[in-house]
Amino acid sequence: MPETVRSIVLTINGAVATVAPGTTVAAAVAMAAAATRTSASGEPRGPLCGMGICFECRVTIDGVPHQRSCQILCAPGQRVTTAESGARGRR
Amino acid sequence: MTERFDILVVGAGPAGAAAAACAAESGRSVGLVDDNPSAGGQIWRSGGHLPEQAQTWLARLQGSTVTRLQGWRVVDCPAPQVLRAEKTGGTERDGYCADFGYKTLILATGARERFLPFPGWTLPNVMGAGGLDAMVRGGLPVAGKRIVVAGTGPLLLAVAAHLAERGAQIAAVCEQAGMARLVRFATRMMSEPGKLWQGAGYSMRMGPGRLKMGCWPVAARGDDRLRVVTLRQGAKQRDVECDYLGCGFHLVPNTEMPAMLGCQLADGFVVTDAMMRTTVTQVYCAGEPTGIGGVDLSLLEGQIAGFAAAGHVAQAQELARRRQTRLGFVRALEQVCALDPQLRKLAAEETIVCRCEDVRFGALRHRANWREAKLHTRCGMGPCQGRICGAATEFLFGWGADSVRPPVFPARVSSLANLPGGSADADTRFVAAGALSEHSKETA
Repeated sequence: MPETVRSIVLTINGAVATVAPGTTVAAAVAMAAAATRTSASGEPRGPLCGMGICFECRVTIDGVPHQRSCQILCAPGQRVTTAESGARGRR
Repeated sequence: MTERFDILVVGAGPAGAAAAACAAESGRSVGLVDDNPSAGGQIWRSGGHLPEQAQTWLARLQGSTVTRLQGWRVVDCPAPQVLRAEKTGGTERDGYCADFGYKTLILATGARERFLPFPGWTLPNVMGAGGLDAMVRGGLPVAGKRIVVAGTGPLLLAVAAHLAERGAQIAAVCEQAGMARLVRFATRMMSEPGKLWQGAGYSMRMGPGRLKMGCWPVAARGDDRLRVVTLRQGAKQRDVECDYLGCGFHLVPNTEMPAMLGCQLADGFVVTDAMMRTTVTQVYCAGEPTGIGGVDLSLLEGQIAGFAAAGHVAQAQELARRRQTRLGFVRALEQVCALDPQLRKLAAEETIVCRCEDVRFGALRHRANWREAKLHTRCGMGPCQGRICGAATEFLFGWGADSVRPPVFPARVSSLANLPGGSADADTRFVAAGALSEHSKETA
């Protein structure tokens, strides 16, 4: 897919990601091949329901933890961190 | 901040959009609150082609006087005829939490997929069928990806067809219902040939021979993500390499909010009269929470509720007569999607049932009921508040749900206390009915 001039640049675990407008944070994280969180027993997890019900897609966005990434659109300059980036954002 | 409306509608899917548009066109002040970035609910989710019916209704909503409160999630009912909501993804200190007052409330909270636990279902890239579709509409590219769609219900074919359109390679669509049941369903649906042709069209688009009846996944394997799904059909079992598995076993209604407000439920669905009035005064309910009947029935119910709530009884009655003729579809769908008892054997001892708290099947199967399971294992006590494992344990063990108490979703302490602005510290803390995992085990 050719990138349009209106593409959005954000960071996921510190790495720059470029996505099309209308992309959810959950989709952007999946494209960056990152799990969204680590479960209580240490399993990597990704989105399940895609509609804000299951809480598996929760990530830290601009320092605010537990954000359901499937219901939030990517925005320019957004800083997204997942459980994979370290202790922060775990659970 | 408190805004007041004559009529407040919760949920902007087909039922809620129709209710809001009809009520506003009747001259009432109407607020429409919804937790997604844009209107349409799950079935009319943006990010891809929308059917003409969706475009018509969403345009009608846009052209109306409805105050659209998109991206607000209702969490509490702090006073009679007031709902409290949080802005999704909001980082601002101010305006993060708001109260919406109403004279009449219309609940159109929709449905979610039922998920059944099987070994490997917690691996990344194993999602709901609708869940995967939502991810794709949210920008996840699937061109060239191998995908298995599984579970039960009309959603499977619709999702597979959409994924195929996006360039995915559909390895298989596995419907748990057997062929005999599908044939019976098709016979009953002769009165609605449109739905049959739609199904046939979907089957054509994903390629020949992909639909497997009486078939379901028994295991998913991979390292950090899904690599292989094992499918069983009758006595046959085979491994299928794939990138994604979209697996959902029909739909369960989102009844937490009606239950929180005291609306009577029967067999898991909200009880209404022909005007879509619930048992609570001035509270209406429309769409899937009253019975899983799909988009056409939801639109009818939304219109009935919208007109009735606005006092246009004649229009509501006319639509109510049309609704009566369609209620047979709800029962037909329920019968065709009834789960095969063999699916109760999918989970192994160590299979996780409660994904929030990592509670395994072996820890649950000797429990007497949902309450005992919650108290002893923390099953259903995580942030989803049992929305996922509750529907699974209902099927696996026949457990019924508990009463619903606010907050209906995990919310910030500042929202519940209504502290103006809230401190930075309080802002980042959650409380759920049962607390958010803070006291649960850190590692197994």
